[in-house]
Amino acid sequence: MRPTALGRALLWTGVAFVSAWSLAPFLWQVITSLKPAAEVAAVPVRYWPSAADLASYVQIFKARPFATYILNSFIVGLGTTAATTVLAAAAAYAFSRLSVPGGRAALFAILGLSLFPGTILIVPLKQLATRAGLLNSLTGLVIAYTALNLPFAIWVLKAFFDRLPKDVEEAAWLDGLSRWQTLWKIVLPLSAPAVATTAILVFIFSWNEFLIAQTLVSRDSARTVPVGIAMLSGVTVYEVPWGQIAAAVVVTTLPVVVMVLAFQRRIVEGLTAGAVKG
Amino acid sequence: MKPDARAGAVNWLYAAPALLVMGVVSLLPIFETFRLAGEFHRIAVDTRFGPVMRTTLSLTAVTVLLELLLGLVMALVLWSPFKGRGFVRAAVLIPWALPTAVMAMAWRWIYNADYGVMGDLLFRLGLVASPQTAFLADASSAYWAIVLADVWKTTPFMAILLMSGLAAIPDELYEAAAIDGAGPVRRFFTVTLPLLRPTILVAVIFRGIQTFGLFDLVYVLTGGGPGGRTQTIAVYVYDVVFRYQELAYGCALTVAMAACLVLMTSLLLAVARERRTR
Repeated sequence: MRPTALGRALLWTGVAFVSAWSLAPFLWQVITSLKPAAEVAAVPVRYWPSAADLASYVQIFKARPFATYILNSFIVGLGTTAATTVLAAAAAYAFSRLSVPGGRAALFAILGLSLFPGTILIVPLKQLATRAGLLNSLTGLVIAYTALNLPFAIWVLKAFFDRLPKDVEEAAWLDGLSRWQTLWKIVLPLSAPAVATTAILVFIFSWNEFLIAQTLVSRDSARTVPVGIAMLSGVTVYEVPWGQIAAAVVVTTLPVVVMVLAFQRRIVEGLTAGAVKG
Repeated sequence: MKPDARAGAVNWLYAAPALLVMGVVSLLPIFETFRLAGEFHRIAVDTRFGPVMRTTLSLTAVTVLLELLLGLVMALVLWSPFKGRGFVRAAVLIPWALPTAVMAMAWRWIYNADYGVMGDLLFRLGLVASPQTAFLADASSAYWAIVLADVWKTTPFMAILLMSGLAAIPDELYEAAAIDGAGPVRRFFTVTLPLLRPTILVAVIFRGIQTFGLFDLVYVLTGGGPGGRTQTIAVYVYDVVFRYQELAYGCALTVAMAACLVLMTSLLLAVARERRTR
């Protein structure tokens, strides 16, 4: 179908609208964060800073434990990604390649479980964590996030394993590799694209999670980034440090923005394959 | 290698660690909730329950509908070939990938009563009387502030799901319709929309469930205010349990919430089956 001139014009209007809509709120934080303190709260609103000022960025690291929040978020994100990938790969391999009686029913039960929003879990989850001594602990967060990501990861990896040709594995078995070795030495390397997609999405989820982190962690030294930022408002009720908040928003969202720019195609593929992650 | 019962049991071991983690974090809390729930009769006389449910249901309906419309536009734009499409797709993914709680702080700044850019923009457009408009202090504008922030955040996910639906529509159908003399608008309504219906249904159910459990955006943006007018059921449960320390009743509300979700899902699925058989 040849695009008409009108069609082209419409398409580019759409592209402009969609890009502006998606980027504007984030760009406003970037602009706010670079304003000198006096211009942040200017009346009327200044749309462009007179000069780029990095004071807000210096403040969040000097006056507040932002480096700790970021470190915690990285630890939790990487821990969750590693644990989820390993556990999901083993489970997905069993469901895809090995005979497990009742496997299909289990798969759908897992899917059903993942459908419900985390909000209905938090109350008993906090009690369990208290009893297990996992309050204010990064390990507790890793365990919780791993469980919440497993359904999605198992489904994506299983879908990918299903499409792999079987003869490579059979050759590996003939060479004397066990099933377990075949999974780690043959199947997983062949599935690198699916594993990467899963890992990216799991990391983004963990980096962003708020509700569970807010419920299970009350000590500042164990806080992750989203909770740390939401707490910024609570510090002073009347004098909210908007410049610093904007700087914090930019710093903590930057890893995610970079990941999206670098892995856009994988993320789209993963979301379409899994289609269970909000 | 014949799959016998013993091999089946051994194969389950591959999935066992994943199932164990999910069982403890996701399944056990569900049982716990039922065990702890009590004082169900209070729901009937709770004067907050009605307004909270109304807010939650109306938010769910309004945001999912807006998301669907905007998501369709987005999907159609991002599906058409144009120069720089990869970059625009990445830009569109950014709202989805950014932490909700963190962006909720960003939105609070945008809606800020004294220095917010939203007031300034709407004032310049002649839509509000003064650039100093306290959007979050008024029940109706706080509601729409949440709608805008949530639609911004979740439309990319909707668009990606719809794009996977578009990918499944064979080109021949469009060509056949074009030969029959159907213009682009007719083609959209006679080919695209009917064939997208299953995808739309899945997307709406999924997003409906997620929005019904909406927590972090509301909690950080308005805290449920002003005067509880934007309190969703998830925020209400959180307050009942963690602020008023009423565990049994909070669990009862959680059970009611889960029941609503199951009901909503089966209702939508039933409607879908009805449509298909007709």
